[in-house]
Amino acid sequence: YYLNYFMEKVIVAMQDPDMGMKMRNQRLLITVIPHAMTGHDIITWLIQKYSICEEEALHLGGMLLKYGYIYPLKEPRSIVLHPDETPYRFQTPYFWTSTRWPASELDYAIYLAKKNIRKQGELMEYEKERYSVLHKRINHTWDFVVMQAREQLRASKQRRKADRIVLECQEQAYWLINRPPVCSILLFYTALVYTCVALCLCLQIETCRRALGRNRVKSSICLEGFVKYSEQYQNHDPIMQGCLPSNPWISDDTAHWTMNAEMVPTPTRLRVECWSFSFMELLKDVMGRKEFMTYLEKEFSGENLCFWQACEDIRHGESSKIAEKVEEVYKNFLAPGAARWVNIDSKTMDKTLEGIKRPHRFVMDDAQMHIYFLMKKDSYPRYLKSDLYKNMLAKAIIPQETKKSVFPFMRRQRHSSPSPAQAAAQATEEDGRGKGAGPAGTNSDV
Amino acid sequence: MWPVWSQTNQTSNRLCSCFLKMACQGLQKGETLATLKKECESLKKKLEEDRGKLNDVELHQVAEKVEVVGALSIKTRRVLKGHTNKVLCMDWCKDKRRLVSSSQDGKVIVWDGFTLNKEHGMSMPTTWVMACAYAPSGCAVACGGLDNKCSVIPLSLDSNENCAAKKKTVAMHTNYISGCTFTNSDMQLLSCSGDGTSALWDVESGQLLQSFHGHTSDILSLDLAPSETGNTFVTGGCDKKANVWDMRSGQNIQSFECHESDINCVKYYPSGDAFASASDDATCRFFDLRADREVAVFQKDSIVFGASTVDFSLSGRLLFAGYNDYTINVWDVLKGTRISMMFGHENRVSRVRLSPDGTALCSASWDNTLRVSRSFPHE
Repeated sequence: YYLNYFMEKVIVAMQDPDMGMKMRNQRLLITVIPHAMTGHDIITWLIQKYSICEEEALHLGGMLLKYGYIYPLKEPRSIVLHPDETPYRFQTPYFWTSTRWPASELDYAIYLAKKNIRKQGELMEYEKERYSVLHKRINHTWDFVVMQAREQLRASKQRRKADRIVLECQEQAYWLINRPPVCSILLFYTALVYTCVALCLCLQIETCRRALGRNRVKSSICLEGFVKYSEQYQNHDPIMQGCLPSNPWISDDTAHWTMNAEMVPTPTRLRVECWSFSFMELLKDVMGRKEFMTYLEKEFSGENLCFWQACEDIRHGESSKIAEKVEEVYKNFLAPGAARWVNIDSKTMDKTLEGIKRPHRFVMDDAQMHIYFLMKKDSYPRYLKSDLYKNMLAKAIIPQETKKSVFPFMRRQRHSSPSPAQAAAQATEEDGRGKGAGPAGTNSDV
Repeated sequence: MWPVWSQTNQTSNRLCSCFLKMACQGLQKGETLATLKKECESLKKKLEEDRGKLNDVELHQVAEKVEVVGALSIKTRRVLKGHTNKVLCMDWCKDKRRLVSSSQDGKVIVWDGFTLNKEHGMSMPTTWVMACAYAPSGCAVACGGLDNKCSVIPLSLDSNENCAAKKKTVAMHTNYISGCTFTNSDMQLLSCSGDGTSALWDVESGQLLQSFHGHTSDILSLDLAPSETGNTFVTGGCDKKANVWDMRSGQNIQSFECHESDINCVKYYPSGDAFASASDDATCRFFDLRADREVAVFQKDSIVFGASTVDFSLSGRLLFAGYNDYTINVWDVLKGTRISMMFGHENRVSRVRLSPDGTALCSASWDNTLRVSRSFPHE
């Protein structure tokens, strides 16, 4: 519906008496065809009107041709728009694809219009409702509907009375079958529909009420955030800044991927820099997390990260293992005198201990959140200032950019890499016990 | 098309008696509906007013000081041929080179995009496999479509073994599956459906963990938020609404109704503070979650065809959008202008996705192919 609406907008603009296309008489062999235009004129007009390039104008013009809004005077079966002296004409609205779909809706609209014109108040209640619905829905061709109705009424007046009555009865019968009025048997279904609509409205009202109570942030602050984010990550975006040593998809060299594999002896500079952008970036990177763990252990607060990882495992793991995992976490981190006791405020601790009696997936959420923000606000900023991080940054690799001139001559063979499924299966075998880097694949993975 | 309200008999019985009561109340049902509608309308109006109060500046104004992005040089580097009908969906593997695609031909193919090697090919029982997703571990894929189910298939390394045989049904809806994604692990699956609901499932047991109701028509797309607390996702559908959901409580926490037609695709901005949508109304829009409003509309008079898919570049500066006129438009998210156009496909573009490290763009199309393209600024 919207596709046709927009195309028709373009066509109407093209036919505007002031700003539209200049029409002229086109010669077709010995005949002169009025109100025609050349392909070249169409392209030029589109370029000017919409400030687009020739390629796009050709594309758009081709679409107008393909959908039947304009047609060629020579070679009627051609659907390619020629940007030369080839003549074209506008198709009459009657034949626009939009007016032919949905055909039955249109016919019904014409039928109701005829009834309405013929005798005011002849439409039944349900017909009046449908008439106004149709009027809204196919508003853009309503003139056409009324025109057709009047034409058909005028034509029928020419017929003999007997024929006219027969035809009217046939038509009425047809529409009674194809657009039946609501009857008492269908009342149940109407009620069903009403209830569903009512329930939907109730849900919407609830959502609206909740939304009204929301804390919103001033636009200037939010939008500034997007500008800052894009600036910060620009160097990391291969499309904005390229990537080193080269983009594997351009050079067929996978060095970029090898250098940025999960565990490497020395990470790249960009990667280590990324860890300073946000706590989430540090934790998302397996290597970053390992480094952070090393730092925390030096500060004797490694249990915080371990606790956080164990909670992640509960939240994202199998439902069947929740109870046993919660038990483990309680034993190791929360129980009085636990080996790796985590420091949570008493209110959260009480709530969590209560929840553990009936363990579920989110039972650790509050405690996990508390420890997460503790690390984020306290340990993380200190890590970034630490020698451990600074040294990592200093020795990080900045790969040499592979000269582009090299590419065309070195037709590298594209090597395959082991499938992650393969790597996981091998790790499982090596591990023996079947635990480890199996299909669990959580963030706390190898 | 109507939502599945519950999986239990108790609720269906309750609803049935509710219907009969309403049927007997005759004219009164009209009145109840009218008052509800009125209340809903007035609340929505107040919400729009509230949203407008903190609107002190527009995005393109803030972006005036930002450097312009020059024209991009975009070239197709791989053409993946193998499907015998429209390709409807694709997803990248975390290893940045593999991808999974699903098609109207009923097949799901796992490719090494880099070598063009087809690693797995699986036949589904029905045609129109409209959704597919790669598991975070790279060891499985999920797919679903007209069969109303979403299945998880472990990727076997044994070439003799038929992968599809190990297929496990996880999600079950009462209408077609339009989108699916794993959450942070292989163990949970999010699905959205033509029945107007989305749901969270435990993969191992197939148990329904949470269902989400609120859309009044088919849901066409979903996306998981990349937030640090990892608890929300967004859906978009035929009711022109984009809804944000809390996975834990099942509640609809935010709703945006700005599009003028079906929303075909929703995708989060890399920071998780916003998301973009693509719609049949030929526009893509950008919604800020903290400001709780639409902050940009990506449109042009010369773009008359519906947009079916969107994705952001790694920095979030660029928005790639696929359209039904076979093209892909690249938008500057901050300035709201179009930077480039990509031609090449011979039919609608059904899905565009940047690879996990942002080095390449994969586009799936109704012309039966997938294309992997690279782009960088013109010298």
